[in-house]
Amino acid sequence: MTYLEVRNLSKRYGDFTALGDITLDIADGEFVCFLGPSGCGKTTLLRAIAGLDPQTSGTIRQKGRDVSALPPAKRDFGIVFQSYALFPNLTVADNVGYGLVSRREKKAAIAARVVDLLAMVGLPDAGPKYPAQLSGGQQQRVALARALATSPGLLLLDEPLSALDARVRLRLRHEIKALQRRLGVTTIMVTHDQEEALTMADRIVVMNHGAIEQVGAPQEIYRQPASAFVADFVGSMNFLPGTLMTPEKVQVGGLDLICPRQEGLAVGHKVNLCIRPEDVRVRDLPPAIANRLTVEVTELDFVGAFCRAGLKSRAAAELALTADFSSNLIRDLGVGLGTRLDVALPPDRLRVFAA
Amino acid sequence: MPSVKVGLSRDDLVMRAGVVLLAGLLLVMVGLPLWSLLAKGFQDQDGRFVGLTNYVSYFSTPALFNSALNSLHVAAVSTVIVVPLAFLYAYALTRTVLPLRWLFQGISLIPIFAPSLLPGLALIYLFGTQGFFKALLGGGSIYGFDGIVIAQVFYCFPHATLILVTALATADARLYEAADALGASKLRVFFTVTLPGAKYGLISAALVVFTLVMTDFGIAKVIGGNFNVLATDVYKQVIGQQNFSMGAVVGMVLLAPAALAFVVDRLVQRKQVALLTARAVPLVPTPKPGRDFLATLFCTVVAIGILAILGMAIWGSLIKYWPYNLSLTLDNYDFAKVDANGWDSYWNSVEMAVGAAFFGTALTFTGAWLTEKTRGFYAMRSVVQLLAFLPMAVPGLVLGLGYIFFFNAPGNPLGFLYATMGILMVNTVAHFYTVGHLTATTALKQIDPEFESVSASLKVPIWRTFGRVTAPICLPSILDIAIYLFVNAMTTVSSVIFLYAPDTKLASVAAVNIEEAGTTAAAAALCVVIVLTSAAVKIVHLLADRFLLDRLQAWRRR
Ligand SMILES: Nc1ncnc2c1ncn2[C@@H]1O[C@H](COP(=O)(O)OP(=O)(O)OP(=O)(O)O)[C@@H](O)[C@H]1O
Ligand SMILES: [Mg+2]
Repeated sequence: MTYLEVRNLSKRYGDFTALGDITLDIADGEFVCFLGPSGCGKTTLLRAIAGLDPQTSGTIRQKGRDVSALPPAKRDFGIVFQSYALFPNLTVADNVGYGLVSRREKKAAIAARVVDLLAMVGLPDAGPKYPAQLSGGQQQRVALARALATSPGLLLLDEPLSALDARVRLRLRHEIKALQRRLGVTTIMVTHDQEEALTMADRIVVMNHGAIEQVGAPQEIYRQPASAFVADFVGSMNFLPGTLMTPEKVQVGGLDLICPRQEGLAVGHKVNLCIRPEDVRVRDLPPAIANRLTVEVTELDFVGAFCRAGLKSRAAAELALTADFSSNLIRDLGVGLGTRLDVALPPDRLRVFAA
Repeated sequence: MPSVKVGLSRDDLVMRAGVVLLAGLLLVMVGLPLWSLLAKGFQDQDGRFVGLTNYVSYFSTPALFNSALNSLHVAAVSTVIVVPLAFLYAYALTRTVLPLRWLFQGISLIPIFAPSLLPGLALIYLFGTQGFFKALLGGGSIYGFDGIVIAQVFYCFPHATLILVTALATADARLYEAADALGASKLRVFFTVTLPGAKYGLISAALVVFTLVMTDFGIAKVIGGNFNVLATDVYKQVIGQQNFSMGAVVGMVLLAPAALAFVVDRLVQRKQVALLTARAVPLVPTPKPGRDFLATLFCTVVAIGILAILGMAIWGSLIKYWPYNLSLTLDNYDFAKVDANGWDSYWNSVEMAVGAAFFGTALTFTGAWLTEKTRGFYAMRSVVQLLAFLPMAVPGLVLGLGYIFFFNAPGNPLGFLYATMGILMVNTVAHFYTVGHLTATTALKQIDPEFESVSASLKVPIWRTFGRVTAPICLPSILDIAIYLFVNAMTTVSSVIFLYAPDTKLASVAAVNIEEAGTTAAAAALCVVIVLTSAAVKIVHLLADRFLLDRLQAWRRR
């Protein structure tokens, strides 16, 4: 069921278009990430949905109700800001209970709910402390508990993890995701960290220059990027410049490579042939495998679990690409600088974009 | 770009109503009185419109026009003396290793707590007709140009020093390191780094001092003698000759340079913002014996000068019969002997200052919050912003005069305020509105801008967040505003001199009257009482800020 419908949403600041004609549906209980480079309009879209910075045109429906022209106080959402915006002069318990107090609930009921919420975010003892006495990660959880206290139908998170150090961030990713799944609250999270989006989201909305580039499940975004921008922005990608010879063949540096059938592109067009470094195949190549090339290892960078290798084609010097080799592979095949290898670029892993 | 027309929440409605109310209040407190003053200048004594007649007669009467030249002259000379002195003092405070730095800083602030006539009285004791050091003047007299300038230097010194300390304290240590690394000479560093860095501070200090001298009334009144300036002319026209139209004209002439200085200062300040980078590294001075010695010497001389003037006023107030009987007495503090109101005027001042501080702080802070946090409603917010800035450009005498014309006008439903304590408080709050508004706005800009968004998402009324979060967080700034209003309400003369009634006379005004009647010692005594009161309040504030606030606001500790 569609929980949130965004239709033709635009936001302009003077002549500058921060959001251009955004249309998007978000299902009930879904965890959606807005992903994109800095300045692409993620925060602007989130704030328009909250009503904090109203759109210039377009409509937003929440649970079937048109909320486009409602002030924030009349919409149903909880929000966590990058700064957390915790009230520094109130204790953690008072912060979490802030939205409950004005609902004229019984004091004891509020206190009990606050205890539950703090337990839920893993801070059962933090109630009497002040925000300044907590670590960044703990403050983050308090902000989350406060946003969830009134059981909103929609949870909005603007880069909630970006102010934290790497370890804490990793742990909180899982906790937030688990919590969201347990509560089933529809959630939108803004981030410019692709790993965060890939691990947490049910669906990712990739944005660039105020427009949506692609909407899809993490796998889909990663495996079938819809545009060169997405291909480049999410994960690493080799871009091999070439020419489309037939709908199923691209010539790169004099070599003909088989690719998935291209419908939208005219033959003779300049294109980029794209492949992810980890998709370059080395082991057990059958003799008749497509797109086989002999390469020389020109660079080898140790990255931890694997090595990133720079490869150069023997036949066409301008065909250079990077590939990820596991440590096993490097040991088994004795790969080093200058080693010659036969590799294959599996056609089903290739993407073609107009150059 | 017009956005989607967003409906108004209850919060929005309440805040917009607040903004409108505030605009109305400020209009009554500042806008309309000034308008009345402007109109009065174009009317004759009976209220008929006479065009520019008054202005023509003003500029063609040499006696009147000369005062304007005198004012400019005094202001220019005082500025040229005060700004370099204050610059050196501020430089010593911020850029050298000064023993007892806090003491030197404190002493430089003393004049702020005194009514402006205090240095005038002290000079009379020292160099007046009966003065200790009269012989030093040769045949000259302290009454007139010289006396005014000396007293103004004392009175304006802290204002210039405060501005320059701020300007010099925000220096970026990295610039100096770079200059050092490039092998620039000390003198060259001073002229290429230090002075340009303080440029805006210097301009600002010069404009402030110039305006203060132009518009001050107390000093010229006490020690001006036959040397007429604009401020005393306004007083003479209105109180002496009851010529309100000419008073209004002189007021407008007085307003012009003050307003001009204000506009220039605003333009300059706007440029400065771009100069400060967030990554600047604060400069911490390192000891240099020679320089530090000279700095200490200089500061000591200046501090002694300030203390001497204050001390002279205190001593004079304790002496039986200057200069013939120097034995000490408290008789001069029995004000009933020289003024029918006795000590009442002092208690009036305290009452007025407490009231102005209380209501004024509530109004300025709430007002700044409304202006800052209301969503949309831009036109009305700019109106409020403008009205909030206006008082800074208006000399107290001019505002006071405007109050007479506005509140005393027949048919004004607010006429009941006239000659009450209420109008004195309203006038004082209006006169000092801008600084409080700026302080509050700065404090509000420093707290997280999303508090209101959070409270909207939690469906908590915005005024609840104001009371429970915003105001408590800003408590230190709120106290600053209150103390500022209190001290200024205690010491101000110019804006209230037209507005008191016999039973609401203030201490500072009583001091002027007493001095006018020839009893210098009692006038000095009253000034001393004012200094002690406002300084005591400030000291209590500092102590509270350091010890009490820390305890009350446990959340500030980590
Ligand atoms: N009040 C404003 N006036 C003018 N331009 C604005 C305003 N607010 C945002 N913008 C512009 O709109 C664009 C989108 O801003 P937005 O804050 O949504 O970016 P973002 O995707 O959240 O980036 P980041 O990752 O840096 O937070 C930016 O180019 C920004 O400069
Ligand atoms: Mg953002």
